[in-house]
Amino acid sequence: MFNLILKRFLMAIPVLLVVASITFFLVRLAPGGPFDSEKVVSPQVLKNLNEVYNLNAPLMEQYFDYMVNAFQGNFGPSFRYPGRSVSEMILAGLPVTLELAMYAVLFATILGLIAGIIAAVKKNTFLDYFPMAIAMLGICMPTFLLGPVLLLLFGIELELLPVSGWDTLPGDKVLPAITLGAAYAAYIARLARGGMLETLNQDYIRTARAKGLPEFKVVLVHAVRGGLIPVIAFMGPAIAGLIGGSFVVETIFQIPGLGRFYVEAAFNRDYTMILGTTIFFSALIIFFNLLSDIAIGFFNPQTRSS
Amino acid sequence: MKFLLALIILFIFSCSKPESPVETGFRENILHIANGSEPQGLDPHIVTGVPEHRLLTSLCEGLLITNPKGGPNLPGVAKSWDISDDGLVYTFNLQPLAKWSNGEDVTAEDFVWSWMRILTPSLGSQYPDMLYYVKNAAAYHMEEINDFSLVGIKALDSKTLEVTLEQPYSFFLKILSHYSTYAVPKNVVLAHGTIDDRNGEWTRPGNFVCNGPMQLKSWELNKSIVAEKNPYYWDVEKVTLNEMYFYPIVNESTEDRMFRAGQLHATYSVPQEKCPVYINENNPNLRIDPYVGVYFYRINTLNPVLKDKRVRQALAYSIDREQIVKRVSQCGQSPANSFTPPGIDGYFPDTQIPFDPELAAQLFAEAGFPAGEGFPKLEILFNTQEGHRKIALAVQQMWQKYLGIEVELVNTDWKVYLSREMIGDFQISRAGWIGDYEDPNTFLDLMRPNRGNNKTGWENKKYEELIIKANAQPNQENRYAILREAEQLLIDEMPVLPIYIYVRQYLLSNDVKGWDPNPTDTHHPKFITLER
Repeated sequence: MFNLILKRFLMAIPVLLVVASITFFLVRLAPGGPFDSEKVVSPQVLKNLNEVYNLNAPLMEQYFDYMVNAFQGNFGPSFRYPGRSVSEMILAGLPVTLELAMYAVLFATILGLIAGIIAAVKKNTFLDYFPMAIAMLGICMPTFLLGPVLLLLFGIELELLPVSGWDTLPGDKVLPAITLGAAYAAYIARLARGGMLETLNQDYIRTARAKGLPEFKVVLVHAVRGGLIPVIAFMGPAIAGLIGGSFVVETIFQIPGLGRFYVEAAFNRDYTMILGTTIFFSALIIFFNLLSDIAIGFFNPQTRSS
Repeated sequence: MKFLLALIILFIFSCSKPESPVETGFRENILHIANGSEPQGLDPHIVTGVPEHRLLTSLCEGLLITNPKGGPNLPGVAKSWDISDDGLVYTFNLQPLAKWSNGEDVTAEDFVWSWMRILTPSLGSQYPDMLYYVKNAAAYHMEEINDFSLVGIKALDSKTLEVTLEQPYSFFLKILSHYSTYAVPKNVVLAHGTIDDRNGEWTRPGNFVCNGPMQLKSWELNKSIVAEKNPYYWDVEKVTLNEMYFYPIVNESTEDRMFRAGQLHATYSVPQEKCPVYINENNPNLRIDPYVGVYFYRINTLNPVLKDKRVRQALAYSIDREQIVKRVSQCGQSPANSFTPPGIDGYFPDTQIPFDPELAAQLFAEAGFPAGEGFPKLEILFNTQEGHRKIALAVQQMWQKYLGIEVELVNTDWKVYLSREMIGDFQISRAGWIGDYEDPNTFLDLMRPNRGNNKTGWENKKYEELIIKANAQPNQENRYAILREAEQLLIDEMPVLPIYIYVRQYLLSNDVKGWDPNPTDTHHPKFITLER
């Protein structure tokens, strides 16, 4: 297990290096620069700005400067928000995004697992068809549709929950978590059902039943261990996806998270911000993939050696 | 499953309905407003943009402030002023009570130092040209001179400021309410960096000091900026608001829902599809105010076919702008008959842009393209946005119908659009221009030959001469007469196709009083009250 972690950690370094390099040159290739605006600045002003941000230097020199700094954890100042460093902005948005992702995962897992396991146990009954139909709907419904629908219903018609904000009004975290988690709940439900169905046909389950174990023990102790491996394998990338993909939910619900910086940086050609957030998200994805591999190792001894 | 559902329902119903921010705000004099995007920052010499403008109007104050009803600026830090007979020397007497929010005096020396700061090239300010009207300011910024004492700003004593201009620019007072001319607290700025430090942390909560009716209380990125009453403001008795919340909300539907749920007193905008609905139902909260802005199409006059004036006129005369505002933009805009919006501080251009398809077809034929024959395919470039696409579609149809030409719509990402416009890689391009101050000069100056924002390749000597002549004219009536002549020339030459005059549309709570419509959409907190 230790070897696996070490190996994956060492592999992460070249991956991040490649991601950073490709991003660095790609953003420079994109037309338009950070200081283009509807009101064109005079050539003198542009020259001054480029000097302030070292954009007049040869590209390779900028590249090496950036890499050396980034390696030391210094992602430089944001071009769009003078006086703010990229690291500072990532750190400001991260706790919010993590918290939102955590609630969404919690909601998705609880709802998904319950629905999936029940559907597998009661397969080909109403308790299977109904949740699975809802799950299909959940997968198909985009967050930019689900969010406003929930808001209109619970926020404006019923006036039960606030329509926006984060940590400002009581209950303002409920709808964003549900909106963000819904699609994942649906995936988890379908994965759990599939995995459980396969496991419930295994010989060792028949053995357990033959021994006279009560059904709930068969399902919740013996079958779950093997049946949920697809769900666990899915969780790593899913959590990373939740963190990186919360832009839409953050915009709809006015949440001060990281996703908005990530997407807006690209529109603003905020070079340092694009690079910083991209490297950061890559690292997150690598980290969560590793976590889910480790978890699978715990559940399935066969995978530990590889 | 049922248990979980019951749990969720129980949870939802157990949160009792809290009092809405608008209710609490009314009781405690706290104003909640949506403010567009997250501001770039709060340093008046560095930032640009409308959200920043709104914040800085509350947090700082220039020599003058914008008149809430439109028209000439009102006294701000400057209590009164004298203008020399030749219109070149302005002497400002500062408010004896004007103080920074840390209790120190705002002095004439502060203004001298601040203007030196914005004109320092290595600061990289984007608005130094607002001060180019001051004697030698441009030369100092271009590094032609290094001695700031040669620049026309002097502190005669701690509360008297003397400004000397290059020419008797009679609109100079109007510029002085713009944030680029504000003073910043020298000691505080220098305590957190040098004079040319873009990234100094003096604008952070806790560090930030300025001289406006409100002062910075807290600032959470992408969440809110809270300002509270500044007890050291010279006119603090007039200020009734205790706090102001500024929310950066980019999504118009989000702010619309927040307004309806009582979380906002004012939105920043109205979703385009909602505007006609609100107009139809006579929504009492809908406000449509005049705005100093023009929506227009730039024509690349260097293009082989578009360099012919008759072609440009034909394009203009075949756009039914009345239909565009009625059927497409649908939010109280008015069709543009001039480049400068009419009525800016008493300036009314006397131009007309007729909708006359016959005349257009005739001009087109004279230019060698009868019924559009032999005319190459035309491209309209715009940045990706539904509103721009709809207008481009309408124009496309009109040109196809009345001129018989093929028109293609090209939309790109904002920065790509800007860079294509910049290097002249377009034929027709969508554009908008919002005036920086309340004077026709902020529009007509744009089309001068050497201006970076001209972007049409149109260079007209006579136009340049007229603008220079107008600038040297201290009498406003005479100046406006010359500017009207320049406007005539511009509309006849048609390097730009004005389409409509902007309005500001937003939702405003009935509790908010003193939020008067004015052309620059500036709402100084000292005039705003919450009343029922």
